[in-house]
Amino acid sequence: MAEVRLEGISKAFGAQVAIDDVSLTVPDGAFVVLLGPTGAGKTTTLRLIAGLERPDAGRIVIGGHDVTALTPAERNVAMVFQQYSLYPHMSVRENLAFPLRSPVCNLPEEEIARRIGEVAEILQITHKLDNRATALSGGEMQRVSIGRALVRDPVIHLMDEPLSSLDARLRADLRIELKRIQKDLGATMLYVTHDQTEAMTMATHVGVLDHGRLVQFAPPREIYEDPVSIYAASRLGSPRINILPADLFPGAPAGAESIGLRPEHIRLGEGQEAQVVRLEHLGDQTRLHLRLAGHDLITLVAAHADLKRGDSIAVSPQTPLYFDADGNRI
Amino acid sequence: MSGHSITEPTRRQKWIAAVLVIAYTVIILIPLLWIISTGFKSPSDAISYPPKVIFTPSLEGYVNLFTTQTRITPDMEATLPPPETWYERLVREKGMVIAGPSRYGQRFLNSVIIGFGSTFLSVFLGTLAAYAFSRFRVPIKDDLLFFILSTRMMPPIAVAIPIFLMYRQLGLSDTHLGMILLYTAVNLSLSVWLLKGFIDEIPREYEEAALIDGYTRFQAFRKVVLPQAAAGIASTAIFCLIFAWNEYAFAVLLTSGEAQTAPPFIPTIIGVGGQDWPAVAAGATLFLLPVMIFTIMLRKHLLRGITFGAVRK
Ligand SMILES: Nc1ncnc2c1ncn2[C@@H]1O[C@H](COP(=O)(O)OP(=O)(O)O)[C@@H](O)[C@H]1O
Ligand SMILES: [Mg+2]
Repeated sequence: MAEVRLEGISKAFGAQVAIDDVSLTVPDGAFVVLLGPTGAGKTTTLRLIAGLERPDAGRIVIGGHDVTALTPAERNVAMVFQQYSLYPHMSVRENLAFPLRSPVCNLPEEEIARRIGEVAEILQITHKLDNRATALSGGEMQRVSIGRALVRDPVIHLMDEPLSSLDARLRADLRIELKRIQKDLGATMLYVTHDQTEAMTMATHVGVLDHGRLVQFAPPREIYEDPVSIYAASRLGSPRINILPADLFPGAPAGAESIGLRPEHIRLGEGQEAQVVRLEHLGDQTRLHLRLAGHDLITLVAAHADLKRGDSIAVSPQTPLYFDADGNRI
Repeated sequence: MSGHSITEPTRRQKWIAAVLVIAYTVIILIPLLWIISTGFKSPSDAISYPPKVIFTPSLEGYVNLFTTQTRITPDMEATLPPPETWYERLVREKGMVIAGPSRYGQRFLNSVIIGFGSTFLSVFLGTLAAYAFSRFRVPIKDDLLFFILSTRMMPPIAVAIPIFLMYRQLGLSDTHLGMILLYTAVNLSLSVWLLKGFIDEIPREYEEAALIDGYTRFQAFRKVVLPQAAAGIASTAIFCLIFAWNEYAFAVLLTSGEAQTAPPFIPTIIGVGGQDWPAVAAGATLFLLPVMIFTIMLRKHLLRGITFGAVRK
């Protein structure tokens, strides 16, 4: 385990810039989550660290050593791919043993068996060890591919949306499990997702990527409460932050173009009149869709709120976020 | 129509398909059965008209195939000791004795060496080339692939004369090496293209995972790509073997003794003693066996080749 540092990394595929001058430090033992929509450069960042891609510019430093020119095998990182993680021609056990039998690892067979047993126990796949990799459910496959990373003792675990293909329940279970394992092992993780719940619950730090640029790197709470831009603010929070013209409400600071309102920034009962469009019961939350001077606004209310379509309700902002014309925070 | 899914054929459709397939199989197999049965007929049964479907089986054709014989006069026969084996007796009944083994065995062996040798080489080189074309940034890749394919755009025999002259210069005429190289050259384009298709289907992530896990590129190729390309390699090998095994024109042109393969040899059996159709048929029957055995051995992979695909989630 070690600190992983990217220094001014850029990577383009032809004319397509995938990563643009990214500098980032994953502290030893940290759980860093990279957030961003499809095409933001998350996978490319992981591949650069793994050594599967060479950066056009910049350095990659692992544990104080410049590894930019090293092969993937020499870097001692583990990676869980978004797809295609298990070898279909091997059993689950062989899949788990594969990294341990590599020439750089080269462990004795008893040690391999011991580690596989341990990891299988943690991931609850012991009874599946002798199955073919193709004879597993999606959730089991994903647990085995996470296991393939856990059996090793790499400097960093790179995980590319490892839970995105699973159903909600399994995702919730594994999310907690993974966080626990990472804590127990003291492992360093760089974890890619576009699921904000995963980011909020697991991350010690979140990096927000926007078209290959790292726009904010901070603990998740800080990104939620103190985002640098509309883009960063939109990454976290459910429902999404409401962005409205700043002049809708009094009290906007000079230069403010937009006002950002999360549900907790909206006080109901005084201020501008808004119309109720819909009340949406999601089970764990109840969303109130409002129409305010031609703009949509979504906030949360108590489950049994006595509101219906067409009702009027007054809203006012409470310590909101302001952004300038470029979307940057004021 | 009761409760079958739209994609599933109806009972009637299945019946029609089965009848068609069986009819087709029978039609295809008739010449084959003809050859096999002729091999077990006596020479007179073989040419009788109307053809005999029921006949007394005889191994005369096989004995004639593997031996050379000379005619003897009855007084000479009287001086000889009685025949010791069943095949000597069979020959003696016709008033002949066995003079020695025929050249069929050796020609057959040539076919095995050249056929399997060139198949191995075609698949080996083809796999490496296909992997490189599939995975690496090769300069002018598309042009190279087109060039490789273009070698098949004319029948190989169109270049027979230059190859004949070239082989004479190089001393490759009538050698095993020469024939192996020739068949490999012809098969390689097919093999590269087929295998590239199969390797393209294998996601790169598998090798990349192996690279990250500490394996070299070559080890990743051997442990991850090869097993998954097994189905493709097997079907390619069958295609290559069938071509090399059955090739006739070049074999006639370039081989006559040392390295002559079975196809140009089998017709010459006719001339040995009148029209010996059972011996010809016996030679053809045995000649079919290796490709058949090879195909049956690799059948499992052929079937897997159809359902080729990776673990997708
Ligand atoms: N091998 C590649 N060749 C060409 N373009 C690529 C390649 N890999 C990634 N890209 C491009 O780089 C950008 C970032 O991709 P990626 O890192 O996969 O994004 P993410 O994982 O965040 O969805 C995208 O625009 C993508 O099209
Ligand atoms: Mg991705």
